Amino acid sequence: MTVIEQVEARPGLPRLNEPAPAFEAVTTHGPLKLSDFEGSWLILFSHPADFTPVCTTEFMAFAEIYPELQKRGAELLGLSIDSVYSHIAWVRNIEEKAGVKIPFPVIADLDRKVATAYGMVMPGESKTETSRCVFLIDPKGILRAMIYYPLTTGRNMDEILRLVDALQTADANGVATPANWRPGDKVIVPAPNTTELAEERAGAGYECTDWYLCKKSL
Amino acid sequence: MPCVRPDGTLSGSGRAMLEAVQTDSTVADVVAKTGMPLFRVRSGLRELVAADLISETGELFSQTEQGAAKARSSG
Repeated sequence: MTVIEQVEARPGLPRLNEPAPAFEAVTTHGPLKLSDFEGSWLILFSHPADFTPVCTTEFMAFAEIYPELQKRGAELLGLSIDSVYSHIAWVRNIEEKAGVKIPFPVIADLDRKVATAYGMVMPGESKTETSRCVFLIDPKGILRAMIYYPLTTGRNMDEILRLVDALQTADANGVATPANWRPGDKVIVPAPNTTELAEERAGAGYECTDWYLCKKSL
Repeated sequence: MPCVRPDGTLSGSGRAMLEAVQTDSTVADVVAKTGMPLFRVRSGLRELVAADLISETGELFSQTEQGAAKARSSG
């Protein structure tokens, strides 16, 4: 198979602002469908394997931010290519050894259906494990953000919370958020797309660097 | 299954959801009565409907005769 053929044969990644791929999966909380989460934000994330060190630190960290996510109307759903019995044993082990209860469900994706639909397996990194992927899905089931981390690097929970805050702020106020934005910081007013709107912006009371980069407080 | 055990008895969450639909209830009602997350209630109600313990009419869920008997029993 040529390199071009190999590239064409790869399953595609899901796309932003399109419906997230539907699924029905076995989880540690029983069978769940993507549609069961409609009305909530969903953070679907994958980890390489149960009983591995970086993943264990991540699960404890996800459990730690779960109350903050719930305040934002967001749920967590983990996934790896392990059996539900392995998941159950691992989350029980985390609770026993580290005193951290894992409150969210974890998909047992042994047939890789969900992992394939979401492009979670990166064969160049591992053919048998999912990478550290995060998918933010909004209450209408639209995929809004994706983050991919390599096997060696644990994820940053602050960034996941910040991303949820940024998306919810953007949706609620019709604005964008600048680099390193945090809740309470000024937000970016969408750039004007006509000369008339660009001229009108001068008197709008925004903090402008130039006509295309203006900020305001919420 | 999380709500109905292989021997037909109910788990704690299954019993809580069955008891929550003693009167006609929406999914939101069951969430409010049980304190369980929305996704968990949707999944649990689907399982209890499949087990003929709950019936679904439009957006309302209620106990079937079998479900009412199960709710009265200790299993």
